[in-house]
Amino acid sequence: MSNRLLLDTIEVNIILNRLACQLCETHKDFSNSVLIGVQPRGAVLAKRLLSILANEHKLTEISNGFLDITFFRDDFRRTEKVLSASENLMDVSVEGKNIVLIDDVLYTGRSIRAALTAIDSYGRPSEIQLLTLIDRRFSRHLPIQPDYLGRQVDAIADEKVLVHWKEEHGEDAVYILNQSDE
Amino acid sequence: MSKLSVSHLLGIKYLTPSDIELIFETASHFKEVINRPIKKVPSLRDVTIANLFFENSTRTKLSFELAQKRLSADVINFSASNSSVKKGESLIDTVNNILSMKVDMVVMRHPNPGASMFLSKHVNASIVNAGDGAHEHPTQALLDCFSIQERLGDVSGKKVLIVGDVLHSRVALSNIFALKKLGAEVKVCGPLTLMPKHIETLGVTVETKLKKALAWADVANVLRVQFERMRKSYFPSNREYAMQYGISKEVLRDIDKEILIMHPGPINRGVEISSDVADSENAIILDQVENGVAVRMATLYLLASKL
Repeated sequence: MSNRLLLDTIEVNIILNRLACQLCETHKDFSNSVLIGVQPRGAVLAKRLLSILANEHKLTEISNGFLDITFFRDDFRRTEKVLSASENLMDVSVEGKNIVLIDDVLYTGRSIRAALTAIDSYGRPSEIQLLTLIDRRFSRHLPIQPDYLGRQVDAIADEKVLVHWKEEHGEDAVYILNQSDE
Repeated sequence: MSKLSVSHLLGIKYLTPSDIELIFETASHFKEVINRPIKKVPSLRDVTIANLFFENSTRTKLSFELAQKRLSADVINFSASNSSVKKGESLIDTVNNILSMKVDMVVMRHPNPGASMFLSKHVNASIVNAGDGAHEHPTQALLDCFSIQERLGDVSGKKVLIVGDVLHSRVALSNIFALKKLGAEVKVCGPLTLMPKHIETLGVTVETKLKKALAWADVANVLRVQFERMRKSYFPSNREYAMQYGISKEVLRDIDKEILIMHPGPINRGVEISSDVADSENAIILDQVENGVAVRMATLYLLASKL
């Protein structure tokens, strides 16, 4: 198994700052916007963006939530392990709001489809956008594309994209893991 | 650990402590789900579940059915009173006929102890025991312990008193197994006529004086006097039972200690519990019912993933 470094700490942080700027460009003061991190890994990215928006752009009161999509997934009983849920923190109203869904890696699009269904349980948003750090293009099973994008990669099916966060792994980095040459 | 060690829920006896913890963790997520504006999730939308009730039930049946519907499962209901069982069909035949209609899981309540165990050995479906005679009622014990954990933070180390008709109670047996597995201390209290022989071998202590038992307890789980299972007289009169073993405001006032009051329902008001206690702040009877849906959702969800 080999790890190939895709993005190092500096690159990850440049991208995060750019994504924060792009969000500001569209959402202005975020008065009608809600940032929603998809649990578990999208939540870390969402928290990071929220802290950049607070520190660099003085936007401290952005509504946000962390959405657990476990029970909305369509691969229940089709995978080996039981899907286990994460904490769902949705103390925000999505009715009539502009939602930005945030996840770390966009691969088949099935998680995002589940997240779209899950959001329905909380109301009817006016618009939903998608932000992902990594977009594994050419591997989509559903017609879902990101509106804000960190980096596109052409990883093949045997490869896995690993996102490391300072909070959890001690460093910010993105690796491509090749599982075939074990 | 994210998988149950069993593929049927026949009784608490067959679960490991980590199974119970997994069910509780999953149930807490489902409790959040059932408090959302839209309470339905699509998890079990390709699963068909048959509810077979060979014995009367209100709460358990509704609770299971609601849990199944909240998970988007397809549900068929069956009750023995208006079915071919009356024409003499055997249990295996009845169930196999239902399974031929492509049913994945069976939730069964039956008056005979061991009925669900028997069924699990003879049919090809995941079985959930919703009460078998005076044997076990696993989901009730799970929701009771879940409710204790929710209120008191932990079940381990808590002193739980089970009061009343222990002899006829499947709730008592399942609760004893569950509480002991989770590390609680358990005492049973009631007239000796309603106490099964050798109950101490389950690791519980027997106390016949209610006040003494309540003074010891953090939680009192009050059992219903099961008049329908009594073929002879176990105590002189309801009034005498209420005086000796009924939980009333007066008894609790004398204890001078906050005790959590639980009851699996249906309540015989004025017999095992007085109205003022049943409706008091310390009674979590209705919380138990709410948690019942979440716990049953968790149980069905975890079992369905093993289909």
